[in-house]
Amino acid sequence: MRRFVLIAIPYLWLLALFLVPFAIVLKISLSDAAIARPPYFPQFDWAAGIRAFISELDFENYIFLTQDDLYWKAYLSSVKIALISTALTLLVGYPIAYGMARAPQEWRATLMMLVILPFWTSFLIRVYAWMGILSNEGYLNQFLMWTGLISEPLTILNTQTAVYIGIVYTYLPFMILPIYSALDRLDGSLIEAAEDLGCSRAQAFWLVTIPLSRPGIIAGCFLVMIPVIGEFVIPSLLGGSGTLMIGKVLWEEFFSNRDWPVASAVAIVLLLILVIPIVLFQRNQQKQAEAEQ
Amino acid sequence: MNRLSWFNAVSLTLGFAFLYIPMIILIIFSFNESKLVTVWAGFSTKWYGELIHNEAFLDAAWVTVRVAVFSSTLATILGTMAAYVLVRGGRFFGRTLFSGMIYAPLVMPEVITGLSLLLLFIGIGLDRGIFTIVLAHTTFSMCYVSVVVSSRLITFDRSLEEAALDLGCSPAQAFRLVTLPIIAPAVISGWLLAFTLSLDDLVIASFTSGPSATTLPIKIFSAVRLGVSPEINALSTLMIAVVTIGVITASLVTKRAAVRQKQEEQAAARAT
Repeated sequence: MRRFVLIAIPYLWLLALFLVPFAIVLKISLSDAAIARPPYFPQFDWAAGIRAFISELDFENYIFLTQDDLYWKAYLSSVKIALISTALTLLVGYPIAYGMARAPQEWRATLMMLVILPFWTSFLIRVYAWMGILSNEGYLNQFLMWTGLISEPLTILNTQTAVYIGIVYTYLPFMILPIYSALDRLDGSLIEAAEDLGCSRAQAFWLVTIPLSRPGIIAGCFLVMIPVIGEFVIPSLLGGSGTLMIGKVLWEEFFSNRDWPVASAVAIVLLLILVIPIVLFQRNQQKQAEAEQ
Repeated sequence: MNRLSWFNAVSLTLGFAFLYIPMIILIIFSFNESKLVTVWAGFSTKWYGELIHNEAFLDAAWVTVRVAVFSSTLATILGTMAAYVLVRGGRFFGRTLFSGMIYAPLVMPEVITGLSLLLLFIGIGLDRGIFTIVLAHTTFSMCYVSVVVSSRLITFDRSLEEAALDLGCSPAQAFRLVTLPIIAPAVISGWLLAFTLSLDDLVIASFTSGPSATTLPIKIFSAVRLGVSPEINALSTLMIAVVTIGVITASLVTKRAAVRQKQEEQAAARAT
């Protein structure tokens, strides 16, 4: 009985506040927009019965999504930005994780803390910090003009470049930590063995270190890519009107256009796009957990 | 391999410079005299003074702290239960669904979580305010707590619990006297994680808050959209300072707890 209660409380909480809301989103995505409160139709009516209710639902909003260029372009560009920025984050993050794993033992705890600290600091503030750096009169342009490298300020804020910088910056800890933990566990004698057997250092890196840190690389890439696809704060503060991302479209559809059914349909399609990487990620994590036990 | 090669030294230096320079610039320019944030005009703490008199920010900060305290405490209780059920609960009906619901919110885009919760609250006619933000924050942060706590539960020796049960403890007593003290560091870090996630959240709070409850991130976001301002720099500096002190204290405390636990274990091993 006690066991039942222990299971039931978190289970019911998640059912009510995680699963049921999705069912509602799905239902509203099949409804029509209406000028009413709440602004969609049909409302569930017990008297009319469930069959009459279902007959009112249709796929009109999804058809609308395919017809208007805005939406599929936003999905495509979100996925593109997510893929490119994941690759960039890996390129920046791997050497840092590698350096940490090769650092003297007594430094590692401090280095680890230095990576985690920005992760605890407000995401919003970290994105905001770049607004001052990248703007036309910002610190970066001031610095570059002072060194004489450029004579005219570069336009970086409100372009996709700024979005990439913002993503790499804010998501870097998510890439570094899993790679570091994979590299940390790596047995150094394996690399020595490869070098003894005639590998150059570069070959040993490619043939031993990279494959053995692969679980960390995969986990890091998913941890960056999945949330970036739905990212809202970075494109809206750094991307300007030229950056199209689906999280921003959904936000505006909901708060500015007040078209809840279309916003719900946008959310459902986004979720369908994310199902593949989420399932792959969970499988990777499970495999790793089993390997550890 | 105990010396740092030049390549590793360079990549660490550049990497940490990249992580920290933006925040350092932000902190420096919060002490700038000028209203123009990009031009240095001398040292001043006047923006901090203005902040203290900004009622709107203070109100929002108070709302945010209350939401964070309530939601992280609830999330810690629910998340610890969930972790215990996942690691020790054995098989039960719908276990796969349950673990799916624990892991999915970790990678779910915030816009979707926010939208779906808002539609739920409107569907059941709940007035939006502090209460609904607490519900929303509890739901996603309990999943983080559960992941942190279950990783601790997996690694600890189950025979300790079994010994307590053999010696006549009820399951509840065994949990309180044996399991809880051992997983306590993980529970505390889970609470801290839930607390900061709640302090930090903009998107989900924007969807689930009503006009009566504006949190600090919502306030900052609407101010920041208009551009960089020294007042926001000052506010950011305060928030960075609080987090830095908190993280360093927490890590010192857990380090000391770990050392003490090791000593106790060694003492116990000697005694047997």
